[in-house]
Amino acid sequence: MIQYIWLVPLFPLLGVVINGLFGRQYIKEKAHWVAIPATALSFLVALGVFFEVVAGKTLNWDLYTWVAVGDFTATLGFLVDPLSAVMMLVVTFVGFLIHVYSIGYMHGDSGYYRFFAYMNLFMFSMLTLVLANNYFLMFLGWEGVGLCSYLLIGFWFEKKSAADAGKKAFVVNRVGDAGFLLGLLLIWSSFGSLRFSEVFEAAGQTLEVGSTLATAITLLLFLGAVGKSAQLPLYVWLPDAMEGPTPVSALIHAATMVTAGVYMVARSNPLYNLAPLSMDVVAWVGALTAVFAASIALTQNDIKRVIAYSTISQLGYMFLAAGVGAYASGIFHLATHAFFKALLFLGAGSVIHALRGEQDIRRMGGLLPHMKITGYTFLIAALANAGIPPFAGFFSKDEILFAAISSGRPFSFYLWALGALGAFGTAFYMFRLFFLTFTGESRVDRHVAHHLHESPPNMAIPLAILGLFSVIAGFAGFPPEKGLYHRFVAPVFEGGHNLEKAAHAPAPPEALMAFISVLIAASGIVTAYLFYLRRRELPDRLAQRFHGFYQLLFNKYWVDELYQAIFVDFGKWLCHRLWGFDDRVVDGAVNGSSWLTIAFSWGSDWYDLRIVDGVVNRIADVIQGGSQVFKRAQTGLIQNYILAMALGIFAIVTIYLFL
Amino acid sequence: MITLSHYLALGAILFIIGMFGVLTRRNAIGILMSIELMLNAVNLNFVAFSRYLPPGALTGQVFAIFVITVAAAEAAVGLAIVLGLFRNFRTVNVDEINLMKW
Repeated sequence: MIQYIWLVPLFPLLGVVINGLFGRQYIKEKAHWVAIPATALSFLVALGVFFEVVAGKTLNWDLYTWVAVGDFTATLGFLVDPLSAVMMLVVTFVGFLIHVYSIGYMHGDSGYYRFFAYMNLFMFSMLTLVLANNYFLMFLGWEGVGLCSYLLIGFWFEKKSAADAGKKAFVVNRVGDAGFLLGLLLIWSSFGSLRFSEVFEAAGQTLEVGSTLATAITLLLFLGAVGKSAQLPLYVWLPDAMEGPTPVSALIHAATMVTAGVYMVARSNPLYNLAPLSMDVVAWVGALTAVFAASIALTQNDIKRVIAYSTISQLGYMFLAAGVGAYASGIFHLATHAFFKALLFLGAGSVIHALRGEQDIRRMGGLLPHMKITGYTFLIAALANAGIPPFAGFFSKDEILFAAISSGRPFSFYLWALGALGAFGTAFYMFRLFFLTFTGESRVDRHVAHHLHESPPNMAIPLAILGLFSVIAGFAGFPPEKGLYHRFVAPVFEGGHNLEKAAHAPAPPEALMAFISVLIAASGIVTAYLFYLRRRELPDRLAQRFHGFYQLLFNKYWVDELYQAIFVDFGKWLCHRLWGFDDRVVDGAVNGSSWLTIAFSWGSDWYDLRIVDGVVNRIADVIQGGSQVFKRAQTGLIQNYILAMALGIFAIVTIYLFL
Repeated sequence: MITLSHYLALGAILFIIGMFGVLTRRNAIGILMSIELMLNAVNLNFVAFSRYLPPGALTGQVFAIFVITVAAAEAAVGLAIVLGLFRNFRTVNVDEINLMKW
C-alpha cells in the first residue's frame, strides 16, 4: 500500500484538471461530484498508508528527478514517516469533511466549480508540502498553498475588501517566503543537497551545537514559518483572510495551511536541535503570539475574526512547543487543533449561513434552541479549545505548557506563565463567543429570525464527525508523553529527545500542572459566564474603567495602522519622492538630451543647407557663369574657327622659329 | 635667273591670297575656290623643292599629281555639301549658317 503514496496527491490534482478544464462549460453545479470523490479516494489511500506506517514501514522514495542543473538536483520524491503520515491523515480527513460541508455552504454560488477546483488544488499543494522528501519540493507545495490561499481569500473578488485581503495575505507571505528561500539556498550551499535525509545527516556530522551556520539556517526557515503560520510580526494577514468563504477559513486558515510552518519546523528538528538560540526565538515568538492574539480576541465582535485570532494564538502554542524541543507535542496540538478549529469555523459558517451573512456577534444570541447540532458541536469545540478535559485540546495544550515549564531552558517559567495567561484568555474569549452567539436573549434582526433553521445534513454531518473527533482525538496522546501518538512519532524526533532529556530540570509534578491549567481554563469560562450571562453590564463598565487598554485591544494594538504607516504610507511617500526624482531628473535629462538633439539637428540642417549645398551651388554657379562667358567663343561661324586655327598655327610656328 | 626663293615667294603669296579668301569670302563656293588656290600654292612649293634640291627624283612632281587628285575629290565632296546646304537654307552664305554654336 505504501508504494501507492503518489496517489494521495494525484487524486486532487486530477480533480483540479477535470474541474478546471470542464467546470465552467459542462460540470457547473455538479462540481462536487468530481472534487469530493477525489478527496475521498485520497483519504482512503492515505488511511491505508497510515496503517502501514503504524505497522512500522517508512518510505523515502524518489519518483523521478525533477530538476537537474549542474550539480544541483531536485527530485519529485516522497518521504513517508510517522510525522508526514499524521499530517497527511489530518489534511485528507479534515479536507474531505470540509469539502462535503462546502456542498451546502457554497450551494448556488456562481463560482461553484471554481471553488472546488481551487480547493482540490489546495489539497494537492498541501499534500505535496507534507509528503515531500526534500526542501525544494516542499517549497513547491509551500508556494502552491500560498497561491490557493490567495485565490480563495479573494474568491469573491468582486468585493473590494476580499480582493484587498487576498493581496495582503500574498504580500505578507512573500516576506516570510523570502526568508524560507534564503534558508534553502543556505542549506544548499552548505550541504550540497536539499534532501531531508542527506541534509540532516550532513548537519549532524559537520555542525557544532550552537554554530552560526545552523542558527542562520534555522532562523531563516523560521522566518518562512512566521509568515505562513501567522506569527508575530507577520500575523496581520490572517484576520483579513476571513473575507474568504468560511469553508476556506476552516480548511486553509485554521486546520492545514497555517500549520505548515509548524510542520516545517518540526520536520527540520535535527537542524533546530543544533541551534539553541533559534529554539529560544521560536519559543518566545510562539509564547508572545499566543498571548498577544488571545488578548485581541477578547474584544473583537466579528465571529470569524475572533476564531481567526484564536487560530493565531493556538499556532503560537505550537511554536512554543517546538521551541522548547517538544516537537511531538506541537504536532499533537496541530492535529487536535485541526479538528476543533475546523469545527469552530464550520460552526461559525453554519451560523452565518442561517443568519444570511450576519457575522457580528452583537446581533446574534439565543441560537441554541434553533440550531442544536451547530450549537452543541460549537460548544464541544469551544471546550476543546479552552482546554477542558476530556476534550482534545486539553491533552495537547496541557502537554505544551508542561513541556514549557519543564524544558530547563532559561526563563522557562515565564514561557509557561505566558502560555497560562494565553490559556485563560482562550477560555474567556471562546465562551464569550459561545454565550453571545448561542445563549441569552436573541438580538437577531426580526426578519432574519423568522427564517432561522438548522443547516442541511451535508453541513451538519461533517460538524458532528468533527465534534466526535474533537472529543476523542486527545486520547491518542494519553497518558502524556507516553501515549499511542507519542510512541508513534517518537522515531522522527529522536535526536531532539535526547537533548531535551539531558537538559531536563527538576519539574513540578505533571498532575499538579494539569490541574492548574484546568483551573485556569475553568476560571476563564466562569469569568465569561459572569460577564455575558449573569451581569451584562460588567463588560461595559470594565471597558469604561480601563478605557485606554480596552481601546488598545479593540483596535488590535493599532498594528494594522502601524504597518500601514510604516510600510504602505512610507512606501508610497518614498515612491512619490522617487517619482519626483524620475519626473525631474531622469525625465529632465531625457528631455534635455532630446532638446539638445533637436538644437543640434537645427544646426546641422543649417550647415547642410547653407554650407554644403551652398558650396555645391556656388561651384555650379561658377561653372554656369563661366560657360555664359565662354560660350560667346562658339560663334558657329566656320570662318571664325578657321581664323583661330590659322592664328594658332601662326603663333606656334612663330614661337618655334623665333624663340 | 629665277631661283627657288622666287618660287617659294610666289607659293607664299598664292597661299596668303587663298587663306585670305577662305577667311573673308561669304560665299561657300568662293571658299572652295580659295582652298584650291592654297592647294595649288602647296603644289608649286612641292615642284619647286623637287627641282632645286637633291636628290632630284620626280617625287615632288608625283606628290603634286596626288594633291591635284585629292583636290578634285575634295572639290566634289565640298560642292555636294554646298548643294546640301543650299537645299536646307536657301543660301550659301556661310555667315548665315551658324548652327554650330552652343
